[in-house]
Amino acid sequence: MIKKGSQIVCESLLREGCDVVFGIPGGAILPLYQTLPEYPELRHILVRHEQGASLAADAYARITGKPGVAFATSGPGATNLVTGIASAQMDSVPLVIVTGQVNSWTLGTDAFQETDITGITLPITKHNFLVMDARDIADTIKEAFYIANSGRPGPVLVDIPRDAFIQQVDYSDEPSIDLPGYSPSIKGNNRQIKRAAKLISQAEKPVIIAGHGIIISKAYDELRNLAEKAQIPVITTLLGISCFPEDHVLWTGWPGMHGMAYSSLALDEADLIIALGMRFDDRITGNPQKFAVNSRKIHIDIDPSEIGKNISVDVPIVGDVKEILLELNPIIEESVHPEWLKRIDQLKIEHPSLKLPQTDKLLARQVIKDISEITDGQATLVTGVGQHQMWAAQHYRFKKLCSFLTSGGSGTMGYEVPAAMGAQVADPDATVWSICGDGGFQMTMSELATIVENRLPVKFAILNNGFLGMVRQWQEIFFESSYVSTGYSGNPDFVKLAEAYGIKGIRVTDKTQVKPAITEAMDHDGPVLIDFIVEQEDNVYPMIPSGMTVNEIIEENLDQKVTS
Amino acid sequence: MSSFSEKHTITALVEDRPGVLNRISSMFRRRGYNISSLAVGQSETSGLSRMTFVVQGDTKTVEMVAKNLNKLVEVIKVLDISDENAVSRELALIRVNSDVSNRGEIMQIVEIFRAKIVDVSKDTLMVEVTGDEDKVDSLVDLLATFGVHEVMRTGTVAMSRGVAFESLSGPEN
Repeated sequence: MIKKGSQIVCESLLREGCDVVFGIPGGAILPLYQTLPEYPELRHILVRHEQGASLAADAYARITGKPGVAFATSGPGATNLVTGIASAQMDSVPLVIVTGQVNSWTLGTDAFQETDITGITLPITKHNFLVMDARDIADTIKEAFYIANSGRPGPVLVDIPRDAFIQQVDYSDEPSIDLPGYSPSIKGNNRQIKRAAKLISQAEKPVIIAGHGIIISKAYDELRNLAEKAQIPVITTLLGISCFPEDHVLWTGWPGMHGMAYSSLALDEADLIIALGMRFDDRITGNPQKFAVNSRKIHIDIDPSEIGKNISVDVPIVGDVKEILLELNPIIEESVHPEWLKRIDQLKIEHPSLKLPQTDKLLARQVIKDISEITDGQATLVTGVGQHQMWAAQHYRFKKLCSFLTSGGSGTMGYEVPAAMGAQVADPDATVWSICGDGGFQMTMSELATIVENRLPVKFAILNNGFLGMVRQWQEIFFESSYVSTGYSGNPDFVKLAEAYGIKGIRVTDKTQVKPAITEAMDHDGPVLIDFIVEQEDNVYPMIPSGMTVNEIIEENLDQKVTS
Repeated sequence: MSSFSEKHTITALVEDRPGVLNRISSMFRRRGYNISSLAVGQSETSGLSRMTFVVQGDTKTVEMVAKNLNKLVEVIKVLDISDENAVSRELALIRVNSDVSNRGEIMQIVEIFRAKIVDVSKDTLMVEVTGDEDKVDSLVDLLATFGVHEVMRTGTVAMSRGVAFESLSGPEN
């Protein structure tokens, strides 16, 4: 059967189960776009900036567990994707990106809109391809999906010159995978699993720290079985949030720079840390030499290069966390640790990290608490990066699995708008709240048009403090309150802005208006934007300054007034 | 186990495709690993190349180098043969100052090192030497007293003696 390269791209995507593509057309990729009407099963969502495409695809992938797919044209189209690709790489999110490239015979001549996108994305993709011949498209796309979503997931970019989309070739053979150097380990080593079981049985003060790997591998039940069988408190990482229901008695918060003090202290006091699908990021460890020195460590991760990278471990197990827990859980002994759990309860009382100060002022934290209460912890929360992100992670009580989307490793501001869009596309029935900073929102707010165009009922809560809040906090604490370039005095009227897009806008300036506004937004059948004018100079606590230890933790003085 | 900044020899079997060297060197640069030498050539299988890296660092660093190499999709097999009973060789071409007065003396040194003179001009000699890194270093040092114009080294290639060795970068356990 003779087909064009562009048709082969579409059929390959459909074969891999892709149903949604985020993108923007342009010259080099136009032949692919002109083929899309032949494939109505492939829904294309026209974004307003390519960064929106890669970030929306990221959220779509996290919710569905399938690779998110994005299209962009050559040159600036492709480079605009870069921030989203880097984010996905840092957070182990599977993406398959198809970029158009200039005609193959002009490659290397600095042709119009030519950019070496495989060169640019080489260090921020799991792998990338430049396909010069339409005969290679089917195999390459099959390989791209396989690489993106096996082992430790990540983004894969496929760059295709314009002429290869038009090229007509025989397309009859089943595509095949030829990757002799790629074989992720799935099954854990038996001997190490037995050693882990022994350490767990011996431990008096064990703690689990569960990361994004639990969500990626859908090991929710296995995590819960492990925790309940041996009565082990569960701490999550930032990206691990919503892998374990937060109304569970063993849930013990999340640790690190802005995590709950009791979580950081529990890690410090533990005699055994069971690390599941996480990578001991510096935001968790602080000074790695002084991190959790009282404990032995079991580290289960699918990426061998994460083992021993930041922290030395006693029992390393490489493989899929779900597979390994299925082996491990049956051989651990049922046990209880009443003293240790009592100690953790005591830490929670001594360090009430989630308690809000008494004030009539409108605190950003109050907004999160109220959204949490009104949605009963059942919403999907998407955040940007900064203070509002930390407060969302602290004060929303996640009861639904895989319901917290945030840019953790890369810290990509502006994630909140396109990712909320991607999350809503992935799960049309979900209640999606986008928790926005006034800074990050303005980086990607052009996607409001896409949201309206596709009738996505996303609820936006801008926690508007008129600052790049987290940077301002660092200036206050480390630079004697010298607020260089962090004040946003020229913010637009966000309510009018929403209305300009045809979105319902609500402004909240007073604490008493918060709950009614949230309820009004929930009751509205369509997207809503609420502009919460919150206290400007509020800080995120607790705080362990970068590179320090839990001994240097700064906690909020709840007796002091909030801000001057 | 091993002291800081020791030299380690790692070999890798890789797919012979455009951009592979770029991916590997990009990984070294990004992670801040130091390559003392790098040699690439075809392997016994068509479509596959074999690389030899000499890497400076402690045991942990070298372990991370091997793991990160192995993570690259086009890298098929990685071996650390530092502690093996391995043969390592490099080839060097050395252009050294020489006239009638010292030509005999240089030829004697060249003979001791089982090196070869491959080109002679009025004022210079070109010496070809094969051996491990230390041997090449010593010859270059000795010839330096006559004035060395130019040194061209291939970088080390290495192969372990015997047959079996363990991959350092496979699954941890």
